[in-house]
Amino acid sequence: MRRGRERSSLASLLLSGLGIAVLIFLVMPIFIVVPMSFSASRFLSFPPTALSPRWYLEFFGSPEWTRAAWVSLQIAFATCLLATPIGVAAAYGIHTSSSRFSRAAYTVLMMPLMVPHIIVAIGIFFIYARIGANNTVVGIILAHTMLAVPFVLITSLSGLQGFDMAQERAAQSLGVNRLEAFLKVTAPQIKGSIIASALFAFVSSLDEVVVSLFLSGGPSSTLPKRMFVALRDEVDPTIAAISSMLIIASLAIGLAAMVGTRKRA
Amino acid sequence: MQRFRQDHLDTTENPLAIEVRGITKTYGPATVLDDVSLEIRPGEFMTLLGPSGSGKTTLLNVIAGFVHPDRGRLLIGDEDVTDKPPHRRGIGIVFQSYALFPHMNVAENVAFSLKARRISRAEAGPMVANALSLVKLEGFGERRIDQLSGGQKQRVALARAIVFQPKLILMDEPLSALDKQLREHMQIEIRALHERLGATTIYVTHDQREALTMSNRIAVLNRARIEQLGTPFEIYDTPTSAFVADFIGEAVLAGVSRCDDYSVLLDGRRMMCASKVPIGNDLVLVIRSEKLRLAEAAAENQIPAIVRKRIFQGESHLLFAETANGLTFTVRQPSHVESDGLLPGEGGSANFSLHPAHTVVVRRDPKAEY
Repeated sequence: MRRGRERSSLASLLLSGLGIAVLIFLVMPIFIVVPMSFSASRFLSFPPTALSPRWYLEFFGSPEWTRAAWVSLQIAFATCLLATPIGVAAAYGIHTSSSRFSRAAYTVLMMPLMVPHIIVAIGIFFIYARIGANNTVVGIILAHTMLAVPFVLITSLSGLQGFDMAQERAAQSLGVNRLEAFLKVTAPQIKGSIIASALFAFVSSLDEVVVSLFLSGGPSSTLPKRMFVALRDEVDPTIAAISSMLIIASLAIGLAAMVGTRKRA
Repeated sequence: MQRFRQDHLDTTENPLAIEVRGITKTYGPATVLDDVSLEIRPGEFMTLLGPSGSGKTTLLNVIAGFVHPDRGRLLIGDEDVTDKPPHRRGIGIVFQSYALFPHMNVAENVAFSLKARRISRAEAGPMVANALSLVKLEGFGERRIDQLSGGQKQRVALARAIVFQPKLILMDEPLSALDKQLREHMQIEIRALHERLGATTIYVTHDQREALTMSNRIAVLNRARIEQLGTPFEIYDTPTSAFVADFIGEAVLAGVSRCDDYSVLLDGRRMMCASKVPIGNDLVLVIRSEKLRLAEAAAENQIPAIVRKRIFQGESHLLFAETANGLTFTVRQPSHVESDGLLPGEGGSANFSLHPAHTVVVRRDPKAEY
């Protein structure tokens, strides 16, 4: 009895130790990158010897960096605008239909999440090469939309789970058509999930590197692509500054999305 | 557009007749409605009664417009509405799950149909108030849906379905989520509301007592077909099939053979029947436990038996009886100080009699298991 208790307390100690280790491992990059970004040094170094905001000023002073950031934001915004309606509509269809086709549609739509991004990137690259869509903003938007739809789909489906579809039928019996029933009855109730999924779509595009690496170039270069190139050529702390800003932005959006999904009652 | 009275939800002037003509609906290999035809009179309270999977809810959904039949037509009034979408049928529906809109308060829920019909707020206000008062929820307009009890939600669902003065109201097991006492109370209330509004009402339930309590007529559904259509009295007292006899009331179905048009042989005894005995060699006699009486000497259709078990159930005694040849049946006798002493105890013997009017013979249901 006593031995059992001791062993279990040892086990729980080990388990919490492991949990803490995992958490540290997950947040470590943040604790390294953010201080590095405030380094006064010419090179990426940790820990920084002196603090300075110079690399942030460097970023905002460089037209190359700001243009890339602007391109990334535009692409993320457009991706969000495309992927959200597509994903929500797909989730709605899959949720309401009981046909075998809807299960197949679900699998196909989730495919970009299962196939390695590098494979997706190569595939799109060859298709775009044929139709001349490489290095275009529209091309990247379409590719990012494809990658973002699974996130929207999952989030919206979880929002629809537990939603009583009889409500839509009730609305129809009361005199509104199906679209109005969705807009007036269903959408307000899954609003949180829809907003969360839009934010996920936005962030997924903003962070995306692999596909952008293949498809974007020159003036259509996204921020992560430029960072990747910069990392290879000249290692300076501007990248750490950008990373820090991206981390803050993603955290803020992610938290907002979590609040959005939680609110759904 | 339909004209609305501002402050009165009184008798609907022209309740509508409904005609279901040869409706068939299949899902893959399963036939849910098999060539079903049914005529419902204007202003009638018609109940679709049946076990789960009998097709009653599908039939309701066909009438509501949520399910399109493979074959057959549906007429509401004189209009063929088979291809009309649900939102243009103007039918008030009460759903089993209530399907209230949780993001709106009570008044907004009730006013939803009025807003959809672009009725001004000034006009809608009194109509909502009137509908709420009809279901005894005056002053509940500002409440949130999650602040309501089950019974109150049920009333809001009712108010929402009647506020736009539909000429046809459908109810899909609206009371199944309520406890027994509240359910029985609401049955009486819905019945009174129907009498007051006068709209044709189609009610779906699997609860036979509810059907008997509320309906003008009952359509008993079984395996995608209507087994019997009739008044509660007809359905209960003169079932025309073994399924209906077994589904409604407390009955034992005992195999019998035909003697002539008005008598059968049960357990070696001749039983007289008030109505004509059907032709067939698969006949069963419907022995309803409360129709059996302790026989007086001259009574017709006597069945001598031994009481194997006697159980007191409050308002009545339930006796398990067995004849010399091993035929078993149950007898229900009201409990009263004046008659309790006459009841045989366990192991005692008695003559039970079945009035010829209650000696109902039907054909055995070939597909059913008893």
